Amino acid sequence: MDYTATQSVSRQRKLTYVDQTIDPEMRNTSMDGTDPSQLFDDTSAAPGVQPTGFQGQGVGTMGHPGRTLLSDPMSNLAMAYGSSLASQGKDLVDKNLDRFLPISKLKYYFAVDTVYVGKKLGLLVFPYMHQNWEVSYQQDTPVAPRFDINAPDLYIPAMGFITYILVAGLALGTQNRFTPEILGMQASSALVWLIMEVLVVLLSLYLVTVNTDLTTIDLVAFSGYKYVGMIVGVVAGLLFGRTGYYLTLLWCCISIFVFMIRTLRLKLLSEAAAQGVLVHGARNQLRMYLTMSIAAAQPIFMYWLTYHLVR
Amino acid sequence: LYLSSKSNMAFTLYSLIQAVILCVNAVAVLHEERFLSKIGWGVDQSIGGFGDEPGIKVQLMNLVRSVRTVMRVPLIAVNSVCIVLLLLFG
Repeated sequence: MDYTATQSVSRQRKLTYVDQTIDPEMRNTSMDGTDPSQLFDDTSAAPGVQPTGFQGQGVGTMGHPGRTLLSDPMSNLAMAYGSSLASQGKDLVDKNLDRFLPISKLKYYFAVDTVYVGKKLGLLVFPYMHQNWEVSYQQDTPVAPRFDINAPDLYIPAMGFITYILVAGLALGTQNRFTPEILGMQASSALVWLIMEVLVVLLSLYLVTVNTDLTTIDLVAFSGYKYVGMIVGVVAGLLFGRTGYYLTLLWCCISIFVFMIRTLRLKLLSEAAAQGVLVHGARNQLRMYLTMSIAAAQPIFMYWLTYHLVR
Repeated sequence: LYLSSKSNMAFTLYSLIQAVILCVNAVAVLHEERFLSKIGWGVDQSIGGFGDEPGIKVQLMNLVRSVRTVMRVPLIAVNSVCIVLLLLFG
């Protein structure tokens, strides 16, 4: 205790006289020097022990009014209470968040690497050469996206969404229509359309009683893939004018249509129908219509969300 | 023509919440005896047909019935909150 006291005193003598601001955190870090998060971790022992060590030195050195903050028992108590509340709150949030947002499942969707992202982006704009669209499994759990290009991920949709908002802001700025509120409006509009699309797809999947292993997050991922095409279209529209926008948007719409059909075909349709064999029956027909309408909704949304950006 | 509003109907999350509340309210007021049975969407008319899978109509009837059962009590709370907020803040 004496060692730390003298050590801290010598450190505090090095501090300039300007450093008189009452900053308990800085005082704590200069005190022990090794654990800057001590304020939050050790709430029981620390406040009672340290100030008494400094009381003795307080007489010797002068001009450190920050000392009086920690020596005051009321503020000690308040700080201890506050930090214990903070750690309790953190535990509570950690425990309950896993109930509402499946954090561990989300981690699977972000397990990507650069090669996967590059190949997937290429697949989104040019899906015509890819032969094998099946998701490979490993003992009943899907393989992480890093190892399987057909697995859905959430990294590309999330990045695509943010990039879409930025590109929209850029496009509006080139037309002198930009205000900071418009960015928020664009973001919430696109988010609302995404939520509505996922809800409608969920409802239609329920009504048609498709036994599929598509989770909600998978649907969000598939709906988010269209942002890539939208960004390419808007950027082309900015560079080459309206004709460039329409041509690239047409190309991206057709690509995302083919991509969605080929991906959803394996998940929604029965085994025989997925092989391309024409299976009759009202149920399979209904499933085929469902797949096609989900895929056809993507180009419609792509046009709807971008045409006002390119004038 | 430099309009500040977009032609995307300026959706916000709040309008989505409002639309969802209105739709769920609409489903919740469909009375079982007085209305649904009269148009052939009652509970008793959906039990039949133990085939391999139910059709769309049966699924819809089940959905209406389950929404009405589950959301009856939470809707009371949500509607009260909505009414109070609309009265206070317009």
